[in-house]
Formats: sequence, C-alpha cells, structure tokens
Amino acid sequence: MPRRTDIQSILLIGSGPIVIGQACEFDYSGTQACRALKEEGYRVILINSNPATIMTDPELADRTYVEPITVEVVEKVIERERPDALLPTMGGQTALNTTMGLVKRGTLEKYGVKLIGASAEAIHKAEDREAFKHAMQRIGLRVPASGTAHNREEAIKILEQIGFPSIVRPSFTMGGTGGNIAYNREEFEKIVEWGLAMSPVGQLLIEESLIGWKEYELEVMRDLKDNVVIVCPIENVDPMGVHTGDSITVAPAMTLSDKEYQRMRDAAVRIMREIGVDTGGSNVQFGLNPQNGEMVVIEMNPRVSRSSALASKATGFPIAKIAAKLAVGYTLDEITNDITGVTKASFEPTIDYVVVKIPRFAFQKFRGADPTLTTQMKSVGEVMAIGRTFKESLQKAIRSLELNMNGLSSREGLDRGIPEGIDRQLVVERVRQHLRTPIAERLWHVADGIRLGLSNDDLFALTKIDPWFLEQIRELIQFEALLAGQGGKKPIVLEMSLLWQAKELGFSDDRIAQLTGVASASVRLQRTEAGDGRRGVTYKRVDTCAAEFEAHTPYLYSTYGSECEARPTERKKVIILGGGPNRIGQGIEFDYCCVHAAMALREEGIESIMVNCNPETVSTDYDISDRLYFEPLTEEDVLNIVEREQPLGVVLQFGGQTPLKLALPLAKAGVEILGTSPEAIDRAEDREQFRDLLNKLGLRQAESGMARSVEEALKIASQISYPVMVRPSYVLGGRSMQIVYDESGLLEYMTSAVKASPKHPVLIDKYLSDAIEVDADAISDGTNVVVAGIMEHIEEAGVHSGDSACSLPPYSLGREVVEEIRRQMKLLALELGVIGLMNAQFAVKDRTIYVLEVNPRGSRTVPFVSKAIGVPLAKLAMKTMVGRSLPELGLIEAPAPTHLSVKESVFPFNKFPGVDVLLGPEMKSTGEVMGIDQDFGWAFAKAQAGAGASLPKGGTAFISVKESDRPAALEVARQLQRLGFNAQATSGTAAYLRSHGVHVETVNKVMEGRPHIVDHIKNGQVALVVNTVSNASSHADSLSIRREALNKGLAYYTTIRGARAAVMGIEAILKKELTIRSLQEYHHHP
Amino acid sequence: MRKALLALADGTLFEGRALGYEGETVGEVVFNTAMTGYQEVLTDPSYKGQIITMTSPHIGNYGVTPEDAESRRIWAEGFIVKEASQLASNWRSRQQLQDYLHEAKIVAIEGLDTRALTRHLREHGSQQGIITHVAEDSNHAVEKARAAPSIVGRDLAATVTCGMSYRWTEGSREWALSPGDKIGVASKRRWHVVAYDFGVKLNILRRLVDVGCDVTVVPASTTASQIETLNPDGIFLSNGPGDPEGVPYAIEAVRQLIGQRPIFGICLGHQILGLALGLKTYKLKFGHHGANHPVMDLRTRKVEITSQNHNFAVQVEHRIDAIPDRPPMVGTAFGQVAVTHLSLNDNSIEGLGCVDHQVFSVQYHPEASPGPHDSAYLFTEFIQLMEKRHV
Repeated sequence: MPRRTDIQSILLIGSGPIVIGQACEFDYSGTQACRALKEEGYRVILINSNPATIMTDPELADRTYVEPITVEVVEKVIERERPDALLPTMGGQTALNTTMGLVKRGTLEKYGVKLIGASAEAIHKAEDREAFKHAMQRIGLRVPASGTAHNREEAIKILEQIGFPSIVRPSFTMGGTGGNIAYNREEFEKIVEWGLAMSPVGQLLIEESLIGWKEYELEVMRDLKDNVVIVCPIENVDPMGVHTGDSITVAPAMTLSDKEYQRMRDAAVRIMREIGVDTGGSNVQFGLNPQNGEMVVIEMNPRVSRSSALASKATGFPIAKIAAKLAVGYTLDEITNDITGVTKASFEPTIDYVVVKIPRFAFQKFRGADPTLTTQMKSVGEVMAIGRTFKESLQKAIRSLELNMNGLSSREGLDRGIPEGIDRQLVVERVRQHLRTPIAERLWHVADGIRLGLSNDDLFALTKIDPWFLEQIRELIQFEALLAGQGGKKPIVLEMSLLWQAKELGFSDDRIAQLTGVASASVRLQRTEAGDGRRGVTYKRVDTCAAEFEAHTPYLYSTYGSECEARPTERKKVIILGGGPNRIGQGIEFDYCCVHAAMALREEGIESIMVNCNPETVSTDYDISDRLYFEPLTEEDVLNIVEREQPLGVVLQFGGQTPLKLALPLAKAGVEILGTSPEAIDRAEDREQFRDLLNKLGLRQAESGMARSVEEALKIASQISYPVMVRPSYVLGGRSMQIVYDESGLLEYMTSAVKASPKHPVLIDKYLSDAIEVDADAISDGTNVVVAGIMEHIEEAGVHSGDSACSLPPYSLGREVVEEIRRQMKLLALELGVIGLMNAQFAVKDRTIYVLEVNPRGSRTVPFVSKAIGVPLAKLAMKTMVGRSLPELGLIEAPAPTHLSVKESVFPFNKFPGVDVLLGPEMKSTGEVMGIDQDFGWAFAKAQAGAGASLPKGGTAFISVKESDRPAALEVARQLQRLGFNAQATSGTAAYLRSHGVHVETVNKVMEGRPHIVDHIKNGQVALVVNTVSNASSHADSLSIRREALNKGLAYYTTIRGARAAVMGIEAILKKELTIRSLQEYHHHP
Repeated sequence: MRKALLALADGTLFEGRALGYEGETVGEVVFNTAMTGYQEVLTDPSYKGQIITMTSPHIGNYGVTPEDAESRRIWAEGFIVKEASQLASNWRSRQQLQDYLHEAKIVAIEGLDTRALTRHLREHGSQQGIITHVAEDSNHAVEKARAAPSIVGRDLAATVTCGMSYRWTEGSREWALSPGDKIGVASKRRWHVVAYDFGVKLNILRRLVDVGCDVTVVPASTTASQIETLNPDGIFLSNGPGDPEGVPYAIEAVRQLIGQRPIFGICLGHQILGLALGLKTYKLKFGHHGANHPVMDLRTRKVEITSQNHNFAVQVEHRIDAIPDRPPMVGTAFGQVAVTHLSLNDNSIEGLGCVDHQVFSVQYHPEASPGPHDSAYLFTEFIQLMEKRHV
C-alpha cells in the first residue's frame, strides 16, 4: 500500500529529559521518525522539552516545540498546529502516557487527530497489567500468577495467594520505577507503599516471582497487511529478577534451540495480533524455566524502546525509521533494506557475529543507594560491543565501559594466580557472598569464582546465569592463566600463535600486557609487525544478512579474522570520536555535538568517520556519518582505526571526557588532533599552568592551594578562610568534591573521603559563598572569537554546573558584568589558541569576576545555547577545525535573542529511595529540559514543568531555611504571601518570619511529634517546599521532608536563589496565560 | 589442538581446527544463514553431497537431542563452523555436538573465518571443497576438491530415500502449532496421503499428521501405477538433495499423476513438479540456505518469512523483474500454471499452482524445522484440496 494521503501533518511527541529508563534511544527513534516522515513529504510537528536532542534541531521538523511535555501543553500545540495525526510510539513511556492523557481528555477527538502506529485500545491493552493478563490468557499464553491492587489491603490479599518472593510492579511507569522484589512481609509493605506512590494511576501488579528463569526479548515489527517480522531475539545473561535495562544482554539468543525459539516467535506474533499493534515495532519479553522450557510472557511494549535501539544497532535494521514508514501506510515489502540496497525490509535479519550489551551504573554518586539490581532499572547508560564470538564481544564491551578495566580483571588480586599465604576459604566465601546478590560487578565476581575453582554448577546455583555463559567466561579465565604462565618466563615477546589466539578471544593489548608482564606497547608492536593480509585486526560489516548479500553501508566492527572489509576510500576524511556510554556528567549533549560534527564534514565535502560504542545514540546510526566504526573508545581500538583509515586528523573536542583522555596518547602516536591543540587542553587542565595563564591575562581566580597532607590542608584552609571547596586530584570511590565549612568538616573529609599524599594531593579552593555562577560558551577559529552564550546559574556557586538551572541571557547580572565576562572569554580563547569550542565557568561575587575553570572543548551546554540563539555551534566549530574562518561561515557576532531560555536539570532521585536530593559540587543529574518564553518567569515555569514538577498557582508553601538564609527567605515568603499563598514553617524560621510581619503557621519538624510536616505533605496539604540546610546533621533531620516532596512530585527548592526564581515563575503563571512558540518562529526559520 | 584445512576447488584455502571425526571429506561447500537449528540442518537429507558452513558463529550451544533430528542420520558430507561450543546447555540436550559429529563420522572444521568463506562463496559461487584433518600438501587438497563429483545431474535422491514404503502416524505432539497460529485445526476426517520420499524431512510428515493425514511414505522410485494401487486422497512430493534433472523417473511418475489427485510438492518435489509440467530448472549461484527468506504469496500479497534450502530453482520463460500485481500465468501441456509465490530477495519462483488441476508446490519449507512457521497454512491448503475432491 502506498503512503496515506488522508493525512498531511503528523505530531510527534518526544520523551523529554534523559532519565534512568529513558535515555538517548528516544532521540535515536525520534530523529529517525522525523527524517522518515519528512522524506515522505509530511508536515512534521514535534514537541520535546529536551534541547540536547538531534530531533529538536529545527531542520528535522517543520515546527519544533521545545516546551514541557504535559497534556495541557500538547493540547495547545494541537490547537495551534491542527495536525491530522499523532504518532505516539517514538517517545517512550512519556509519549504513550501523554497520548493516553490526551485521549482521556477528549483532545484528539475534539480536534480530529488520528492516532497512527498504535491505537488507544492497543496501548491500554499492553500497558494495563490486568488487561494484558486477560489478553494473554485469551491466546493461550501463560503469564506469571498475579493480581492488581490499588491499596495496601488489596495487595496483601493477593500476596496471600502468591506467596514469597513476589514482585511488585506499578502500572504506567518507565524503567520499572517503583518495582521491586519482596522476600518478607515487611519488605512487601514498604515496596507496596512506594509503588503506589510511583504509579501515576495508583495501581500495582503483584506477581509471582520467576527469579532464576531465563529472560528473552523479541523485537517485533508489524505492518497494516499483518506481515510480521522478528528483528532480533535478545537473551539476558542475568536471569529474571534483574531489569532487562540492568542486565548484560546478548544478541542473538544463545541458548535456545530452534524449536524453543520458534515457539517464542509464534507467541510474539500472536501477541502483536491480539494486542492490536497495527503498525510499527514492539518489544515482547519472555521468561523461560531452564528446568523444563516452560514459557511465560512477562510484558510487551507497544512502541519502540531501548531494546529496539539495541536491536537496530545489533542488526543494522533501522526499527524506528521503518516503524515510522509503516505508521503512514507502507508495508514491509515496499521498503528497501538500505544496507543491501536490493532486498526488502520484510525479512528477518540474521547475524554472523555476537553483540553484547553491558549497562553502566552510577551508584557512587548516590550515597545510601541500594546497589542491588532488581526489577527497577538503575543503570544510567550502556555500551554495546560487536565481536565474532561471545568471548570477544564481552571483552570489547568491558573495555568500552571505561571503568579502568581492560578485561575481566580480578577484584580479589587473583589475576596472576592465587597468591601464597592468603586464606583461600575466606576469599571463596566472600566471592560466594557477592555472587548471591545481583550487583553491577557480578560478572567480575563470576570470573573470580572461576579462578577460585568454583564449578559451573556452583556458579549456576549462586547466580542462575546459564551455564553456557559461565563456560564462556571460564574459557577466558583459562586462557588468562595460560597468558599469566608466560609471565613467569619474563618474555620480551610473546609466542605469536598465543598472541593471535588472545586477540581472537578479544583480549586487549593492555590486558595481555598486564597478564604477561610484557609492555602494552610491545604487544601492539609485535602484532602490528606480524600482521599481514591473513592475520591481524580486520573489520567486518554489519549487513543484516550474514554476508548473503553485499553490504553497501560501511557499518564496521573489528575482529581478528582473515579478511578485512573496511575498504577505506582515498577521500579527505576525519575521524570523530564519540562519547561512549552515558553516565552522569557525560550524556546526550556530547552525542549531539558529534552528530553535528559529522553533518558539518558532509557539508564541507569531507568524509566523516564516527567511532562510538553507545547503542542508544543517534551518532551510531549508520547514515549519520559516511563510515561508522562501532568500537570501544580506547587507545588501542582507536589507533587501529586510524592506521586503517589514514585520516587527515581526529576530532576529540565533541565527545566529552572520553576522547579527551586519549588526546596525549594519540598525539604521542603521531595522530593529528584537529582543532585546539592537546598542549592547550593540558594548559587549561593543569592547575599550575592554568594559574600562570590567568596571571598573564590579569584575570582573577579564587584563592587556592594544594595539600599533600592533613596538616597542610588545615594550614591552607585557614589561610584562605572557610568555607572551602575540597576535591582530590584523583578520585576515590567517586566521592570527589565537597564544600567544608569548618576545621572539623575538613578533618572528616581528609580522613574518611580522601587520602592525601605527595603523589595525589588534595585541591583546596576558596568557596565563594553566595556567589553567582556563570557558564559561557565561545567559538573561535584562532583569530576571531564569538562568545555564543553567557548563562547565569539559578543556584549559587557550589552547585555543580551540570546540576544547576541556568538562564540565557542572564536574568539578574548587570550589563557591565556580562560584557566583562565576554571580554575575558575572548582573552582566554585567543591565549589558548582555541580552534573550535571553549566553555568556561565564572563566579561573580560583589561584581567581581572569578574564573573557575576553562574547558577548551564542546561542553554540556552547547546544544542548549545553540537552540537558545538559533546557531548550530558544534557544526560551525567542526568547520573551523577544517580551516574555515568564522567570518567565512557568517558568524561575526552571536545573535542576542529577545526571548529567555532556561535550562533545568533532571535528577534520578526517585530511583534511589532514601538518597538525599540536596545539590552540591558533585554532579547528579542525568538530563535537562529547556523552557523558552518572552519573560524569565514563564521560561523558568516551563522548565520546571518540563522537569516534572510544575509550579503551583496557590496553596501552602512550606519554608524551612538555615539561619543565614532567613533574610532572603523573608523576601520569598512575603512575595508568596502577596501571590496568595499560605505559609508554613518550622519553629525557627516561623519565629523569624512572624517577627517580620509574615503570617505563618508553625508546623512540627519530624522529630517534634505528629502531625508533622511530612504528614502534611503526604496528605497533599503542601504545594511548595523551600528547604535549605547548612551542615550534615541538619541534612539528616530534614531528609524525609525532601524525599516526601519528591515522592509527591512537588516543586521543591533547596537553595534560596532557586526559591526566588520559583517565585518569579509563580508570579508569571498567575499573571499571564501559557503561550507556546516553535523554534522556527523564535529564530525566523521559514 | 589438531589443525585442519578447508580447500576449495578454486584454490582458496582456510586453516582451522579439526572437529568431529578425524579424516577427510569432499562435497559442494554451501553456507546456511539460520541462527538456530544446526541439528535439523545436519540431518536434512537435502544436504546430501554438500559441506555446510554455518554463518552463525556459535554452534552446538544447546547440544543435540534425538527429537530434533529431521531424519535417521546426518546426511551432510561435512560441517564448517566458527566455534563449536565446549558446553551444551539446554534442558533437552542429550549429547554434545562434537560427540554427535564424531559418532556419525562427520569430518568438520572450526576456527576459520567463516564470514570470509561465505563472502567467497557468494562472490564465486558454491563449489567443491575438501575438509581434511590429515596434514598434507595444500595443492594436493585442492586437486582432491576439484576431483570431487559435482551435484549437477546426479541422482542423489536415490541415496537418501527409504528402502521400502512405511506408514507414518506421529504428529508434532508438544511442538504442535497452537490453534492461535494459522494451522493446527485438524480436519474432521483422516486423509490418506502418499508421500514420495526424495529425502523427506520428518517435520513434513509430522505436520501432515497434525492436519489430519495418515501418511504412507514411498521410495523415490515408486511408479505412478504403484501409487494408483494405493488409492490415496492426495500425493505429496518431498524435499530432497541435488539436481531435479537427476531423477527423471520421478519426473515421469509425477507427469502421469497430475490431474488424478491433489498433489503438493516441497523443494525438490516442487522442482520435479516444475519439470513434469514442462518448465525448466537452473542452478543458483550459491543457493538459498537459511531461515529468513521473505516470500510473497502473490494471491494474497502477504509476505511470509520462510525456511529455505535449495540449490536449483524453477524458471519460466520470461524472467520476473518486479513483483507483479497478480500471479503470472504460464501455459503448459497441463494448462495454465500460476506462479503463486515469489522470493522478495531475488524474484526467483517460490511457488506454483495449476489452474486446471489440484496441484501446487512451493520451493521453500513450510514445515520449517529449522525456521519460522509462517507458511504452515500450506498444509491446510493441501487438506482443502483433498476435501474439495472428496465433495
């Protein structure tokens, strides 16, 4: 069937900010969908609050609304744009839930908007636990025994039938938020309470536990003619009980016979038909009893998902793009397979390699978080690796993680055998203990278990990991022993056949070096010298068809084989190094920059070569760059590619820290680094050099010192006076930066958090309390510098810049201050010889400007600034690096927009019960949203709504602040009162406010007896929370207040500047109706 | 670790590790792209005369079990894999793949770049090859590969067919398709079907039983008049190895049977039917061997994902370059014949149906095993033909 002609315009809903469970993969799907629909000539209207996405680039849609994704706002968009259809399946759970909200509200009916891709009935049937259960029973499939509860009593009744352990899953949440496994009554009640709060509809599914069963996922596509294909079967290495997003997964499935697989396939097809997903991609999850093959259906997502992204990258089948085309009426047989160019999309990819995905976690950022892996997703990112065998792929994935592990490194010091004199039994017991509970490091504990002689049966009993995988790991460990045995002989070179075997098994040069004692560089030299056409690193193509047809797309991965399919061109080319796995501090913003770099190179007629290992990203779509290497971002793997491709140079400045770490090693290996020189990067990063630089330019820096011992630290701190910011020059257990207010705080930090030594000094900076922090981004061609954006942070200096909200242009800084910052930026960029992008952070205290840090590279704020001012900074930066000047590119001065843009950060606190939500110098946010409006108040209010906590229009404001904040809090309270709010405060704050004429009700602190403030919040009697604290002990007192505010989804502020901004926002929403505008209108695009 | 060598007739060499039975073996080297079902592949009689390369890198992961065999033994001449699993992990597994190969005296090789080999076969075509575990001069190995007999024109069916006819009554049991899928609804009465065994896969027989057939399996050489004496409700022409032109006696028998009773052919059975109808067959460059081949049913325009294993195909006078709007018709001595199914990969003919007779066939494998069950409806269509004739 040709494309539908009864619709001309299509609304697409994005997934909003990056959170745990909903990350870059929806930029990948949204971007593919936008491009596919535009290609078909539809008018595309997009809403997404996340500015760091490629999909919100103004070229990708006809109308792009960077506005909060709420039912109200989307209704406004519909009212304004009158789309003919809505495609709800590309923006994750956010888009599905918003769509269901619109259906319920009658908006779609009112404006005659057709749902395409999935009907409301299909979404309901798949998402509502009870409806899904009935649907499965109708088609003869077993689901785990379960019941639905809406309150504690119902939950307990169901529990009585199911027994322990039982799984509690809240309805309509993403990433299994609020879900968990209960082993006893106490746990059960706690989880039920938590889950009820998490579910937007207050509904839970309580389910029989299938812990230890094998888990599988099938990615399914269906078209209007009822053609169904399975894109890829994925097997979880971690058995049931661990959320699939937190599991190590492998594609294709490894331990299913054809009979079992086809039974699963048949079930998936039946499920698609029964649920009624007419077109597009879905994901179906199955559990399989390893004892007897009994199969149950776990769930199905009637939309593209994280697994679809993984399956797309794993097979080369672009699920989202094809799903978009199916949604507008095409059938699978009408769509060509891009990779072969001759075959059709109506087939099932077959792969001749193995794909391994490993999640990446960030527990060290959240003190007090439970690191046990459960049914609620906790990982913040993932890597994928492609190899010819599971063993090779696993080892490539491990080194892609960037955890300073180059292989299955022992956590017990057993790399080169079991050391003499250790209590072996003790170590065995410890490892057994680790293996019993699923945690992020379990894979390495399995390796240690094998080293200690545990059998596959032992390991299976402890972990329920399929023995096939255990055996693969065992083979690697056995080979490690062989390599380590070489070490005893202290060889200069390795036996060649052994080396090739090691490389075929996926061992990195570094790991081989570590095990044998041969230097890593010699390993490299030895294999590059011995490599010839028949041996050595080779690149194979991902072609969807196991080489049955020729692949026209250079989507490559490395392996050690006898034939290389890289076929480099003779063109001018540049390698772009991507950002690797998402983690806190390094997310989608860097992928955005890399994608822009590739686009810029294309525009310049230069071949772009992308290297990355994050399957969620747009940059790893095979049609973004001219050539894609899906490879780990390590020195070894990158050098191999450089050697094969012989590029003009390598671009490091867009991928964040990951490629930057490689600057010096690559430069040393003679690789040309494009843009700002590695020396300049070093000059900005090295403290001593940086101080000299600022002195030379006459710029000011906060007082600082470097302590190599506790005594030295105390001395420095008293010299520069408290409070001070302390951080280690190296990181230990992730506890890095902290503000300390007095000597006892410093002593505690120096003794418990870090260990200062001459080799690893502790850095101490004067903490500029109550200073305003400013972020600035500039672009330079070496001669001309344009300061593109100056952003005033909402939260005061001391809150990590990645966690702070900010405003562009500044909303409270004076003009002279802004001009002075602009001047300093130019000085810095020219002095450093920046070619490309530069970001700097400043603190402004009493109109004095201090330089905090300078990063001569693309920063987290680049996409935000680009969208705020309507200039594609990363693209232009890439062009400057290949020799274009800014005037040539038409950038003389940054546009000064008349609208305000506010960025707000989004945090994963709701995934980590009990963790404090206070902000500090250590970054904790996973993503960001943007609010744009004509005035600051509305822009801020939109940013808050986008981040999930809409500002209230009235009600009770609870205020409890530290003593030094009281005068400022008074102002906030007065304003709120003027705006019609009631005020509540704890005794100290209340007394102060009252004495200054504010009418305020005193409430109990939690410790003061009931009813206390947390009771009020729970009962829905509080609309807004302002809570600032000074030191650790007061943190503990008020933790429950902040947690409860979070649970209730209230707007809460833990800084006075944040509270002030909230007041401005509330004033704006009370005064003026919500208005929305597209980016195209803001920036006068056609 | 014993070394092994694969030598192709064009002189290409691949070194690897010995697997299976020690010795050497010759055959036509082909590749199969299925990701599951290695045991079904090995025991498929259609692979007689061939050495199979599995493109999926890990083989043997879930072991082998007697239940999954598609015939009484392994027929492939040799086996090439990237890596044979050291451990079989599955509740149904009864044996390790290595032991199974060894027991069946199958010479195999692992540890070579199977993707490079596959690409070579794709570019240069399937060709004769040798796997040898015996250390010898590689030139000598290439010569042996060149000397190996080609499958073209050979009667391989004769080597794999049953010695005498037998009854088959076993269905798919716990692996039967669910009523929710398209087949599985057994007919109200039992139909007597005579199945020509050119190398029949057991799952065909099981599926026939599932839909209501009592099956008599007969040797490939059974004549038309012998079939007549059995007085079946329908005749089934099975899959089998090699070149359809190598079994002229079967072509002749089928020619006599057309028009008498409903006939359903699969794979070699389809090719034999094609030749009996007066159409021609040709050898494909590297065949179709896998479980992901899209085929369009031109009558309904629905696409099914099919299991395929053939080296020859039926052709009609005019090559079909694009997907036609309706089934193209070909005039034959038996009246109009419709091309009912077409490969979406290369537009080759995948199904035929006589307009004037109750005769139809498909090139691919609706019995799957290994592969998807999308095409199982064809067994029901066969029943429908018999029902029609009965009425």
